[in-house]
Amino acid sequence: MTPFDSFKNPDLCRALLGKLEAALDKPMRFMEVCGTHTVAIFHSGLHSLLPSQLVHLTGPGCPVCVTHESEVAAFIELAGKDGVIVATFGDLMKVPGPGGANLKKAQAEGARVEVVYSPFDALALARDNPASKVVFLGVGFETTAPAVAATVKIAREQKLDNFLLLSFHKLVPPALRALLADPFMSIEAFLLPGHVSAIIGLAAYKFIEDYHVPAVIAGFEPVDILTSLLLMVEQRKKGEAKVVNGYPRVVPDAGNPKALATMYEVFKTSDALWRGIGAIPDSGLVLADAYAQCDAFKVLDITLKESKPLPGCRCGDVLKGILKPNECPLYKKVCTPANPVGPCMVSTEGSCAAYYKYQL
Amino acid sequence: MTIERVLLDYGSGGQASHRLVNELFLKHLGNAVLSVLDDAARLDIAGPLAMSTDSFVVDPIFFPGGDIGALAVHGTVNDVAMLGARPRYLTCGFILEEGLPIEDLEKIVASMGAAAAEAGVLIVAGDTKVVPRGMADKIFINTTGIGEIFASPAPSGHRAAPGDAVLISGTLGDHGLAILSTRQGLSFDAPVASDCASLNHLIVKVIEAAGDVHVLRDPTRGGLATTLNEIAGQSGVGVFIEESLIPVKPAVAAGCSFLGLDPLYLANEGKFICILPEANAQAALAVMRADPLGADAVRIGVVRAEHPGKVVMTTPLGGQRLMGMLEGEQLPRIC
Amino acid sequence: MCLAIPMEIKSIDGPVANVEISGVTKQVRLDLMSEEASVGDYVIVHAGFAISRLDREQALETLEIFKELRLDAF
Repeated sequence: MTPFDSFKNPDLCRALLGKLEAALDKPMRFMEVCGTHTVAIFHSGLHSLLPSQLVHLTGPGCPVCVTHESEVAAFIELAGKDGVIVATFGDLMKVPGPGGANLKKAQAEGARVEVVYSPFDALALARDNPASKVVFLGVGFETTAPAVAATVKIAREQKLDNFLLLSFHKLVPPALRALLADPFMSIEAFLLPGHVSAIIGLAAYKFIEDYHVPAVIAGFEPVDILTSLLLMVEQRKKGEAKVVNGYPRVVPDAGNPKALATMYEVFKTSDALWRGIGAIPDSGLVLADAYAQCDAFKVLDITLKESKPLPGCRCGDVLKGILKPNECPLYKKVCTPANPVGPCMVSTEGSCAAYYKYQL
Repeated sequence: MTIERVLLDYGSGGQASHRLVNELFLKHLGNAVLSVLDDAARLDIAGPLAMSTDSFVVDPIFFPGGDIGALAVHGTVNDVAMLGARPRYLTCGFILEEGLPIEDLEKIVASMGAAAAEAGVLIVAGDTKVVPRGMADKIFINTTGIGEIFASPAPSGHRAAPGDAVLISGTLGDHGLAILSTRQGLSFDAPVASDCASLNHLIVKVIEAAGDVHVLRDPTRGGLATTLNEIAGQSGVGVFIEESLIPVKPAVAAGCSFLGLDPLYLANEGKFICILPEANAQAALAVMRADPLGADAVRIGVVRAEHPGKVVMTTPLGGQRLMGMLEGEQLPRIC
Repeated sequence: MCLAIPMEIKSIDGPVANVEISGVTKQVRLDLMSEEASVGDYVIVHAGFAISRLDREQALETLEIFKELRLDAF
C-alpha cells in the first residue's frame, strides 16, 4: 500500500468515464506513445470501457518494438563473439532479428547472455568476469538512457574497462515530430509518456502546439489516464491545443535537469533507425566522443548492416495510427506472439501483442 | 559419514554406492518396502489408479520456504491427488553432479523423508547416478507417484461445465516470487516464502464435503492464468474470473510490479483450483478455510458457455479483457 | 515504456538508498536525483535508479482536483 493507491479507485474511474462520455461531442482519435500506457489501458480493462467515440491508437512507444532489425542483428552477432558477455534487460530476449534469430536462441547456441534488472547490475558482471567484455545493450527512451549514462560514468570511475555499451537509445520528441509531419497523420491528440516526461519536462513537447494537437502528460494508474483523456477532450472542445501536465506528482514542469545533464554528458544525438518507421533525424543517442572507449560499436567493431523491409508487414501504419492492429491482414493469421512478423507483435508492450493478448 | 562431497564412485554400483544408499538414503527414506532393496518394489494396490511423474531442476536448490527435495515430493503428491486420488507410493531418481556437498544432499533427502511422512506416502524405489562436474547443475530429482482414485467420477480438466463455480485455495505467485527473489541480478528482498506443500489430505476433505468436484488442478508452472486456459480449452468452456477477488499477497504484487511481471503467471506449489457445481461451492470453501493450507480460499469466478477455450477477466474497474497463455516464460522487463 | 513504480526511502547511504514497497526492499541508486531525497520520501524507481521524487502534497491535491473534476486547475 502506498499513499498513491487512490489513483486506482474504481468509483472515481466510473465518475471520470461518465464525464468523458458526456464531454465527447464527436469522435476523437488519440495516440499514446508509451508501452506502459498500452499495457495499463488494456490490463486495467479501460480499453473495453472507453467511450466508443474515443479511438485508442498505440504509437511507437515501446523501445523494444522500435529497435530496428539491423540493430537486433547487430546485438545477436555480438552475443556470438568469443569473450563477450551480453547483459540485457529481459525485454530484448525474444525480439526477433533477421531469419527469426533472437537472444534466447543465441543463448541456446552457447552465447553468454545475462538478464539484469538494472544496468548497474551489469557492473557486477564486469567485475566478476575481468577476462570478458561485458556489453550492456542500451535500449529505451529518455527514462532509461540517464540510468545507463550514470552506469557508464560509474564504470569509468571504478575503472571497469571491460564494461562496454551498445547504445540503441532513442528519443521521444523527434518521433512525435515525425508522426506529426506525416501527411497521412490522423492523430487528434497525444497522451504523453509520464516517465519520459519526468526526465525531459514540458518544454520538450512545446512544438506539438504548432500542429494544433492537444497533448497531455499522463500517469499510469486508471485515474491518471482517464483524467488526462478528459483534459484532452476538454481542450478540443475549447479549441485549444496545449501541452498540459496531468501527472504533476511525478513530473516537474522542468523535468529532471540532473538526469538530462548526465544523459548529454555521456551521449550525443544522432540519426536513428526505427523499426517499422525508418530513419528519423536526431532521434537516437550514441556515446559521446569522451566515452568512445566504452563504445562497443567502436571497440568490438560492430556495424549495422542493411536489412530488407518485412514483406507484407503494416507495422509502420499501425505505429502511425493509420491502421489498428486487428485491421492488419497479417494479424493473428501469419503474425502472432509466437511468430511475430513485425515490431508491434514483438514485445508484450507492442500494440499488436497487446491486442492479441487482451482483446476479447 | 566421513566423506564430504559426492564422487563419481557413488554412482558406480560398487561399495561406495552401497554406502550412500545405506547410510544416507535408507536413513531418511527407508520403509518396509524400500528397505528390501530388491530390483523392484512389490506393491499391493488396486485400481483405478492415478499416476504421475515430474522432474525437478529448481535453482536454487534451497529457497525460502523449501528445497528441491521437499518440492519433488509435494509436486508429485499434488499431481496424483488432483485426480481425486490418495497418493500411496513414490519412486525417486537422482542425478547428482560430482562435487555436490554430501551435507547438502543429506539435507535434501531428509527433507524428502519429512515431506513424504507428512503426505503419508512411501518412497518405494530409487536410483542414483552421478555425472561429472558441469554435466548437471548440483542435483536433479525425478519422482513418480501412484495413488488410488477414490472420487467417482474423478475430477478432470475436461469436466468444467457452465454454471460451475471456480475456487482457488489461497494466494497466488508465492513460490514463483520466492524463487525470483533469490536470483542474481534481480537483487531484492521479499518477505515471501514458497508455498510448497502436499495438498492430498485437504483434497480428500474437500471431495468428502463437496461430493462431485468437476476439476482439480494445481497451478504450478505458468500459474493460475495458464492452468485456467488449459481447463477452458480441455472443457470447451469460458472461464470468467474477477480480478478483485483473486488473492495475491501485497509483497508478491509489489515484487511483480517493479519486475514487470504478472503474479497470475507465476508458479504455485501448494495451491489448487477447484471447479465444481455452484451448489457445492460453499461446502468446499468451508472445508478449505478450516485447513491451514486453504485458509485464504475464495471463489474467484464462474464457468460459462460463452467464449469457449478462453479465460475472461473482469477488472476492478468493471472492464473485460482476455487472460491468455504466455508464449514462454515471463522475464523481468523495464518497459 | 518505462515501467517505474513509487517506493519509499527507508535509509540512505551515499549514492544508494534502501527503498521499500509492501515489505519488498531493494537498493537503488540516487545518482540521477535533481532534488534532495530524504528518508520517508517516495521516489519513482526505474531500472534500479530513482528518477523522480514523488510529491505527496501534490498527489493529494491532484486527487482532490480529480475527485471534484476541477480540470481548469491544470
